Amino acid sequence: MPKRADLNSVLVIGSGPIVIGQAAEFDYSGTQALRVLKEEGIRVILVNSNPATIMTDPEFADATYVEPISPEVVAKIIAKERPDALLPTLGGQTALNTAIALDKQGVLAEYGVELIGANIEAIELGEDREKFKGVVERSGAESAKSRIVHSMDEALAAAEELGYPMVVRPSFTMGGLGSGMAYNEEDLHRIAGAGLQYSPTTEVLLEESILGWKEYELEMMRDANDNVVVVCSIENLDPVGVHTGDSITVAPAMTLTDREYQKLRDIAINVIREVGVDTGGCNIQFAVDPKTGRVVVIEMNPRVSRSSALASKATGFAIAKVATKLAVGYTLDEIPNDITQKTPASFEPTLDYVVVKVPRFAFEKFPAADPTLTTTMKSVGEAMAIGRNFTEALQKALRSLEQRGSEFRFTDDDQEELSDLLQRMATPTTERLHQVQRALLAGADLEEVHRITGIDPWYLDQIQLINEIAEDLRSAGELDAAALRTAKRHGFSDEQIGALRSMDPAVVRGVRHALGVRPVYKTVDTCAAEFPAFTPYHYSSYDLEDEIAEHSRPSVIILGSGPNRIGQGIEFDYSCVHATMALTDYSGDDDGYDVVMVNCNPETVSTDYDVSTRLYFEPLTLEDVLEVIAAEERTGGVAGVFVQLGGQTPLKLAGQLAQAGVPILGTSPEAIDLAEHRGAFDQVLNAAGLTAPKNGTAVSFEDAKRVADSIGYPVLVRPSYVLGGRGMEIVYDEAGLRRYITHATEVTPEHPVLVDRFLEDAIEVDVDALYDGQDLYLGGIMEHIEEAGIHSGDSACVLPPITLGPHVLARVRQATAAIAQGVGVRGLINIQFAVASDVLYVIEANPRASRTVPLVSKATGVQLAKAAALIGTGVSIAELRAGSGHHAAGVLPAAGDGSQLPPAAPVAVKEAVLPFARFRTPAGRVVDSLLGPEMRSTGEVMGIDKHFDTAFAKSQLAANNPLPTSGKAFVSVANRDKRGVVMPVKRLTDLGFEIVSTGGTADVLRRNGIACEVVQKIAETPEEGGTILELVESGTISLIINTPSGGDARSDGYEIRAAATSLGVPVITTVAELGAAVQAIEAQRTFTWSVSSLQEHAARLHEAGLEVAG
Amino acid sequence: MSNTRTPALLVFEDGTVYQGASYGAEGTTLGEAVFATGMTGYQETLTDPSYARQIVVQTAPHIGNTGVNDEDPESRRIWVAGYVVRDAARRPSNWRSVRSLDEELAAQGVVGIQDVDTRAITRRLRDHGSMKAGIFSGDDAEAPHSQLLEAVRSQPDMLGARLAEEVTTETPYTVEPADHGWEGKPVGTVAALDLGLKSMTPVRMAERGLRVHVLPAQTTFAEIEELNPDGVFLSNGPGDPATASTQIGMLRQVLDSRTPFFGICFGNQILGRALGFSTYKLPFGHRGINQPVMDHATGKVEITSQNHGFAVDAPVGETLSAPESRYGRVQVSHSSLNDGVVEGLRCLDIPAFSVQYHPEAAAGPHDSAYLFDRFVELIQAHRAGREATGAQTLPPADRRPSAEDTAPSATDSTRSATGGPEKNA
Repeated sequence: MPKRADLNSVLVIGSGPIVIGQAAEFDYSGTQALRVLKEEGIRVILVNSNPATIMTDPEFADATYVEPISPEVVAKIIAKERPDALLPTLGGQTALNTAIALDKQGVLAEYGVELIGANIEAIELGEDREKFKGVVERSGAESAKSRIVHSMDEALAAAEELGYPMVVRPSFTMGGLGSGMAYNEEDLHRIAGAGLQYSPTTEVLLEESILGWKEYELEMMRDANDNVVVVCSIENLDPVGVHTGDSITVAPAMTLTDREYQKLRDIAINVIREVGVDTGGCNIQFAVDPKTGRVVVIEMNPRVSRSSALASKATGFAIAKVATKLAVGYTLDEIPNDITQKTPASFEPTLDYVVVKVPRFAFEKFPAADPTLTTTMKSVGEAMAIGRNFTEALQKALRSLEQRGSEFRFTDDDQEELSDLLQRMATPTTERLHQVQRALLAGADLEEVHRITGIDPWYLDQIQLINEIAEDLRSAGELDAAALRTAKRHGFSDEQIGALRSMDPAVVRGVRHALGVRPVYKTVDTCAAEFPAFTPYHYSSYDLEDEIAEHSRPSVIILGSGPNRIGQGIEFDYSCVHATMALTDYSGDDDGYDVVMVNCNPETVSTDYDVSTRLYFEPLTLEDVLEVIAAEERTGGVAGVFVQLGGQTPLKLAGQLAQAGVPILGTSPEAIDLAEHRGAFDQVLNAAGLTAPKNGTAVSFEDAKRVADSIGYPVLVRPSYVLGGRGMEIVYDEAGLRRYITHATEVTPEHPVLVDRFLEDAIEVDVDALYDGQDLYLGGIMEHIEEAGIHSGDSACVLPPITLGPHVLARVRQATAAIAQGVGVRGLINIQFAVASDVLYVIEANPRASRTVPLVSKATGVQLAKAAALIGTGVSIAELRAGSGHHAAGVLPAAGDGSQLPPAAPVAVKEAVLPFARFRTPAGRVVDSLLGPEMRSTGEVMGIDKHFDTAFAKSQLAANNPLPTSGKAFVSVANRDKRGVVMPVKRLTDLGFEIVSTGGTADVLRRNGIACEVVQKIAETPEEGGTILELVESGTISLIINTPSGGDARSDGYEIRAAATSLGVPVITTVAELGAAVQAIEAQRTFTWSVSSLQEHAARLHEAGLEVAG
Repeated sequence: MSNTRTPALLVFEDGTVYQGASYGAEGTTLGEAVFATGMTGYQETLTDPSYARQIVVQTAPHIGNTGVNDEDPESRRIWVAGYVVRDAARRPSNWRSVRSLDEELAAQGVVGIQDVDTRAITRRLRDHGSMKAGIFSGDDAEAPHSQLLEAVRSQPDMLGARLAEEVTTETPYTVEPADHGWEGKPVGTVAALDLGLKSMTPVRMAERGLRVHVLPAQTTFAEIEELNPDGVFLSNGPGDPATASTQIGMLRQVLDSRTPFFGICFGNQILGRALGFSTYKLPFGHRGINQPVMDHATGKVEITSQNHGFAVDAPVGETLSAPESRYGRVQVSHSSLNDGVVEGLRCLDIPAFSVQYHPEAAAGPHDSAYLFDRFVELIQAHRAGREATGAQTLPPADRRPSAEDTAPSATDSTRSATGGPEKNA
């Protein structure tokens, strides 16, 4: 069937902010979908609140709404745009839930909007666990025995029947939020109790334990002609019990015979038909009893999922793209396979390599959290690696994580007792794989390890094989070509080989190169070489034949940002992708470049093989990057490498790459170093007449004390080399300083501690700018809403600044220019300033793409990363300006920059999205939600409107933290904040809020004429009853204002915030945020919300005079 | 582990030599090198008689992971002449596994090679077409390369090879429906010629109530007639269909008798030749379990299991007259979506149809199991005394009565012709 002729406009719902369980993979799938719809000549309308996405680039849709993804807001968009159809299956659970709500509310019927790619019945059959059990039964398959419960009493009754342990899963939550394993009644109370609250339908499923079974997933596609194909099989190395997002997964399945695999395939096809997924992708998860082969269907997702992105990258089958084509009417056999060009998409990819995905966790950011892996997903990112065998793929994947100790080690330095290892590996944690490897190294019996962990013996044997190769390598007389080749064939890095041979990795590399032991690059082609591949999607392997074609244009290599982590996420991928686009779009045919991407994160747009000229799916270590560069050199030459777009990951390679003679494009490694080096940077500031907060470095407590005494408390202390504020703390006194130095970090002369004067009550300002050696283009100035001391990644901010006067802005621009020039930037620079008592302080400068580049680009309509890439290849800012006559003219506006936005410019508010609800202490409480100098947000949203108040309100709604317009507000603040809260709280009472307070805060409010109900602090009542905690837990409080202080109030505060986080009640923890919130609440009560697309904002800005780049 | 592995060489007729390590038995083996792309089902592949005299290169890198069990073989022995893998499993893991593949290969004397770049080899075969090859391991690998190359080049060609008689069963046997879950009386009897039959094929028929007499490849029409079968079946098998003159002659007698006929793979090629079409050798064949095939009657796509190096030469998309005109009209019922190769034939005026791929699917997806239902329907219609034709094998909605067939069937609705969920044997 060809494309449907009756679809002229389609609304696509994105997935909103990056949260655990729903990450950048939906930007990848959404971007593919938008491209397809545009190619088909359909008017595309997009809603997504996440500005750090490629899909929200205005050129990908006809109308791009960066608005909250709530049914009410999407209904407004539908009323305004009147799309023919809604495509809800490419934006994760968020999009699907929104579509269901719009259907339930009758919005779709009212405006005659057709759902395409899925239907409500199918979604409900797939997502509703009880209905899904029926589906499984009708499909001739089995589910785990289970009971649906709606109350604790029902849960306890069900437990009698099913027995412990059992799995607890709330319905309609994403990423398995609120699920867990109950081993006893106490666990059941805790997990099912919370689960009943999380589930929008107050529904929890209890089921028989299939813990320790083998876990599989099949990725399926179905078209309107009922053709079904399996795109990929995925096997979890971790048996059932660990969320698949937290598991190490392998594609294709490694330990199934054909009969067993076909049984899964038959069931999957029957299920997809029974559910009635009309067209598009879905995945189905299975558990297989390793003793008998009994198969149990776990669940299905009737949409494109996180696994779909992995399956797409693992096979080369563009699931989201094909799903979109199917949704607009094509059938699988009408869609060509991009890679082979000659064969259709109606086939099942076959792999001649092994793909391993490993999760990346961030438990170090949540020290109070229980690190046990459960059925609730907790990882924040993932790395994928491809090898010609499992050992190669696994070891590449582990080093792709870029975490200390992520690679296998083969020394017994740790002096661990085998019995201790065996005992610890019984509980799945992030450490388990390494415990298994070390236990096997220490002589553990493979069968025993299998019994304890449930990991399939085939995988254990492969890990054992790695250990054996390591031992062979260690004991080999000479490091000859054969020994090296064997080690490399099983994925050993030069670093690991060096450790085994007591050699420097660089020496290993030298020996290896001298002996000619080099990787070759194979191609991901969907068909195991049966047909020629036209898409250069490569991975390295120590095998015989290389497949990189000769290229006539020199390559520009862009190093990506690796696995997502807190502090380095999708924003950096955005910059890498933009650079790729710019270098592709703005280079002439003859003088252009081949743009080469290197990255190992499957959840990204950059690893879409369509984006660059060549894609290398490789770890971003020095060794792997050098080999890619060598491959590009020998096939046609390299013009240079970009290290400043992918965050710290590539940036930290800059020096070593330069040493190896690799040309670095953009800002030089020396300049990068200068900005990182405190002494040299201070000289730049002095020369420009700029001030930094007083500071010093220390290598011991005595040292630190001396510095702190000289500059005065409070001080900000941090390790010298940090990302995302890791290990950063504000210390108020000497005792705190002593505690920090003793506990927090390794302190050595190589790794000193930085001690900075902490500027209390300062306004923090973030700047992104471009510099070409001559001119400065200031992209945007962002004013933080929270005061200095909250990590900029976690702080809300507003652009343009709302409280800074023109003279301050001018000063910021001057300072930015002086620093950019002093450091020697060629491309992007991000600078953080603080304004305190009218003094402008320079906090830090990073000569690279920053987290805020996408935000600034979306808010001002100027593509900074594209400009930066072009500057890196020698184009000047003057040439980039519209009307310059250069072929890249128009990337920047003809005149002016982001420091001088006209008054009519829209106001954009960024808000961070935090994952506290997902992390539990071992006792089962959520971790504290207080913000601090260490970044903990996973993603961000943008609220954009004509004025700050409505923009802020939108940002809060988009961040799943909607502000109430009425109800009871609880106010309890630290002494230093008491003065500051009086006015905003008074305003809340004017707006009709009832105020509830405790102790000292209540006294202050009463004395200021604000009526409030006084409740007991938790500490004040030894008995149950009447405390603020119970009020919160009972759901009577709609807003909590609680700023932290020391002592009792601190622990009280924790209890309150934890309860609020569990219930999803908004918590305001700073006075600055309270001010913004009160304005937003008032605006929500006063104005009807309107929605505007980025294209409309740009038009308005254009009318107001700022020339927007085309 | 100190892996002192026995060296092995894989030598191609074009002089290319790949060095690896011995796998399975040591020694020398010669054959036509082909690649197979299935990611599962190595046991079925090894025991598929169609691979006789072929050296099979597995594109899936890990082979042997699930060991060897006694249920999955498709025939009484391993037929491949040699086996080429990248990473052989050291420790098999599966609840049905009884021994390792390495042991099984060695026990059956199959010479293999591991640790070679199977992708490089596959690309070579794709670009140059299937080639004569040899694996030499242990002492045999010590000989000068020129000598090895000479041995490789002097082996007989696959074009013109007559192999069905080498792989067929020596004695007839019967596969009973009652042994495969069928309750009640058999719905018919089939005479199935084993030209390299896979054991799942008669099982698929027996599951549907057909009693299957499996007969040696040389069985004559007279011998078949003695069994008074309701249908005749020709299996898959190795070799060049142009050499199967005995079977082609026999099949013409079957067609002349209007006995319902179904053929798979080699059986499809023999039907093609019996109808008067020619066959030809594909450059590198279709060997995998992910091959998309279009059913032209329904427009639906099946993911099929395939293993063929030869194909029928007939135009796709129009109703043809059989070159042997007494058989009337013929359609190419199925074709490959990858390269347009004929994947099925349907006679519109006589009760005969066949497919080039493997609906019994061992290994492979079960999408095409409905073809066995259609064979049952054809037989039932024939038994009911109605004039049946290959048009019977169209799905009910698409059945346009052929010239003679004016009485649409009312009794063939016992099973859905579109193929419901397939029971796992």
